[in-house]
Amino acid sequence: MERAECLQMIYPELEDTLVVTIMGACAQELYNLGHRENFFYLQHALGLASSIGMGLAVSLPNERVVVLDGDGSVLMNLGTLATLARYRPGNLIHVIFDNGSLLSTGGFESQTSSGVTDLDAIARGAGITHVAMTVTTLDFGEAFLAAVERHELSVIVAKVAAVGPDHYGMDLQLGENAFRFRRWIQSRARSGGSA
Amino acid sequence: MTVSYDNSKIIFDGIKSAGIKSISALPETWLGPLLQRAEDDPDVQLLQVAKEEEAIGIAAGAYFAGTPHILLMQNHGFLAAINGIVSLAQLYRIPLCMLIAMRGHWGEPYPWHTRGGIVTEAVLRALEIPIEFARDPQKVAKQIREAWTFSQSSLSPVALLLTRDLMED
Repeated sequence: MERAECLQMIYPELEDTLVVTIMGACAQELYNLGHRENFFYLQHALGLASSIGMGLAVSLPNERVVVLDGDGSVLMNLGTLATLARYRPGNLIHVIFDNGSLLSTGGFESQTSSGVTDLDAIARGAGITHVAMTVTTLDFGEAFLAAVERHELSVIVAKVAAVGPDHYGMDLQLGENAFRFRRWIQSRARSGGSA
Repeated sequence: MTVSYDNSKIIFDGIKSAGIKSISALPETWLGPLLQRAEDDPDVQLLQVAKEEEAIGIAAGAYFAGTPHILLMQNHGFLAAINGIVSLAQLYRIPLCMLIAMRGHWGEPYPWHTRGGIVTEAVLRALEIPIEFARDPQKVAKQIREAWTFSQSSLSPVALLLTRDLMED
């Protein structure tokens, strides 16, 4: 399966959800589906998307937070899985697209494509209870909906092909994204929305 | 030399009176009594990380959420968190209010702390992170409040360095 197909499948579910993506292909593919003010694209600081998600989730227990992460990124911040497991924000869904590749930085194989490093096992070993490993788009969609309904910390590892979008570029400056993302959250909190 | 419980209380009270509701931290000796107070206080949420760079992400999430948040770390933890500070906080104009235990400096008896202590101030300045030294328990609460205010107005990381004078009896 391809990450773009997975994103397309869950896109309707991301309307009222705080979404944090990692850089590169993942960010671009989500953006290509249609930017929303509740999407934050972390275009650098590899590894920290899940930590941002944790900060959001513990601060806003009534909002749903979805982190769209990757294998290379998680491998740079494995401690995050232990920290998430410790605090278990029930409103956080951590999706890890595992393409076995550092695709956005040249396509070098990551440690997971050697077949010896198993992120699903690492997440479980870190103490996360609800971990799904998915290899088909249908399984991924089902795992995501199950996570939405579960209201407990959930990790979904999605094995995807190492392919990305055919072009890169966003009409959105980095600071602008941060300011607008924060404003969306704040205005929702003020209007007595879910926050 | 032992960690000052009295001054740890003063610092914690200063953090609370600055309106802080959430703290991310990685425990270390000087911060121990302070973090114990945070853990015991129902009005403050303490998030203990596995490595300090995680706390930069958590602080960014708290900022987006509108939760007043500070980071407590040792200076070696600051050194370990630099990419997050540069490529998340500074790149996206996200404020960070960091209270950093300044180990390895004047009076340091332990050799292993010394290199980090010697380079910390220069690294902070190279990163254009505004710094103040907290030495006097009479002034530290105000310094914390001002650090918080300045981080929010400048949308920048700021660092209050907790010195031996303050942290040890």
